Amino acid sequence: MQIKLTKLAHARSGDKGDTANVGVIALRDEFYPVLVREVTADRVKQHFQGICKGDVERFELPNLGALNFLLYESLGGGGTLSLMTDAQGKTFSTALLRMEIEVSDEEAARLGLN
Amino acid sequence: MKEKVRIAAGQGFWGDLPDAPVRQVQGGPIDYLMLDYLAEVTMSIMQKQKARNPNAGYARDFVALMKEILPTCVDRDIKVIANAGGVNVPGCAAAVHEVAAELGLSDNVRIGIVTGDDILDRIDELLGRGIELRNMDTDEPLALVRNRIQSANAYLGAAPIVAALEQGANVVITGRATDTGLTLGPLIHEFGWPADDWDRLAAGTIAGHIIECGAQCSGGNCQYDWQNIPDLANVGFPIAEASPDGTFVITKHEGTGGCVNVPSVKEQLLYEMGDPHEYITPDCVADFTTIHLAGDGANRVRVFGIKGRPATDSLKVSISYSSGFKAVGTLVYAWPDAYQKAQAADQILRARLARLGLKFEQILTEFVGVNATHGRLSGEPSSDLAEVQLRVGVRANDRAAVERFTKEIAPLILTGPPAVTGFAGGRPKVEEIVAYWPALIPKSEITARVKLLAN
Repeated sequence: MQIKLTKLAHARSGDKGDTANVGVIALRDEFYPVLVREVTADRVKQHFQGICKGDVERFELPNLGALNFLLYESLGGGGTLSLMTDAQGKTFSTALLRMEIEVSDEEAARLGLN
Repeated sequence: MKEKVRIAAGQGFWGDLPDAPVRQVQGGPIDYLMLDYLAEVTMSIMQKQKARNPNAGYARDFVALMKEILPTCVDRDIKVIANAGGVNVPGCAAAVHEVAAELGLSDNVRIGIVTGDDILDRIDELLGRGIELRNMDTDEPLALVRNRIQSANAYLGAAPIVAALEQGANVVITGRATDTGLTLGPLIHEFGWPADDWDRLAAGTIAGHIIECGAQCSGGNCQYDWQNIPDLANVGFPIAEASPDGTFVITKHEGTGGCVNVPSVKEQLLYEMGDPHEYITPDCVADFTTIHLAGDGANRVRVFGIKGRPATDSLKVSISYSSGFKAVGTLVYAWPDAYQKAQAADQILRARLARLGLKFEQILTEFVGVNATHGRLSGEPSSDLAEVQLRVGVRANDRAAVERFTKEIAPLILTGPPAVTGFAGGRPKVEEIVAYWPALIPKSEITARVKLLAN
């Protein structure tokens, strides 16, 4: 079944120049392996197609049950150069939580996601 | 040695809640008040102020704040550490000194000042010796924007703050110091952590990172269960309660709103994070993958297990330079067909701009209420939207082009699609763009200077 990432994680995002960072945090420890498996750099790049013009890099923080993504060339030049409403990438967090991810029925039942 | 040192954050940025530092000082026991005033482009604003008035160029808010809190700070032996000095640390210190005198506290206030970060006057000399100050993001050499530079400052770390405290300062004012150094400095001073105790230095750095954005770790901008975060109107700013072994607890004063819990701290840890294995500061390299968090009672989160590595031999330099002009104009279109009307208005505006032959580096149109924050991820808008805000921004090297653009917004009301409003603010303002140039410089090039202001 497909499930929205917002059911599994919360997030915070920010900027470094023209790069947006999105930290995705598992709502419960047992969701973290699902995030690691499903929310890959490739999937995130695809999700932000047309928004993120550069690469996407992923870092794992198992100690916090979290993933950190760097989305290069995403903020219209970044900082004061950007004309975007969200020049600091503050809302990239919830934009990523819109992602649909694949969870088997069995896994969904085990994780109490039904 | 103290068993616990409590460092309270009072400002997450220049312009944060004015009462927050007052409440930190008065709302319960703390040992240090830490205030971060300097965003990346703040220094250029301060350079401009100083160019007009040699006595200006620092955060004036800080002086007004000190007037309000100094008596309590003296009374309760609370030390203040602030990077409020901007590009005129001595000027800021003199103003605080004057305030202390007015309050009759001259004998009780010892102001330490940290300078040496400002390298604006040394740029040519540095470039001449082959220190290129290449842009960390684009790898371009600084020579490219040399004649447009407005400010240039190296980020100093905790060491000069420690030195000021060792000299007996109870108010330390710096220019461009790292946010994390403002917290780490007092901890090194109090606990005598050795300069190569990388794990503890990393712990103090991470404590600083957690509290440096003020309430953003204590319930503000927190997604986790946001509807149930209590009393944000009365939000408590964070306090790091540190122990000599490098562990610490993040908490806030009793009776304040907001929340400090594991999810709220995790969100802040991930804010503006790059590679979590190496969070590089002048003081150490902190490894965020070693941080452990545990609840420790109501509004208390214990942080432990932190590992660090030796500092690098460079300092980051923050350079600001003039990079053209921009303006943003907005209009609001109402039901029915609000989105279609806004789109039509955008087309009309662009046709007129093209006919005028104006050259822009960029024109960006956003439809607030449809796609301004999440772009195409927002999906197709409802056909029944109550209203849509058209938001058009332009950027150009030529100020005149941007100026002309600002005159094309209001006319759309009488010469474009109907049911339009929201032009109360007059013509959009033309803003000079001050862009940011991050670079590295060898540590050997920068000497921090520390002195105690004579009473």
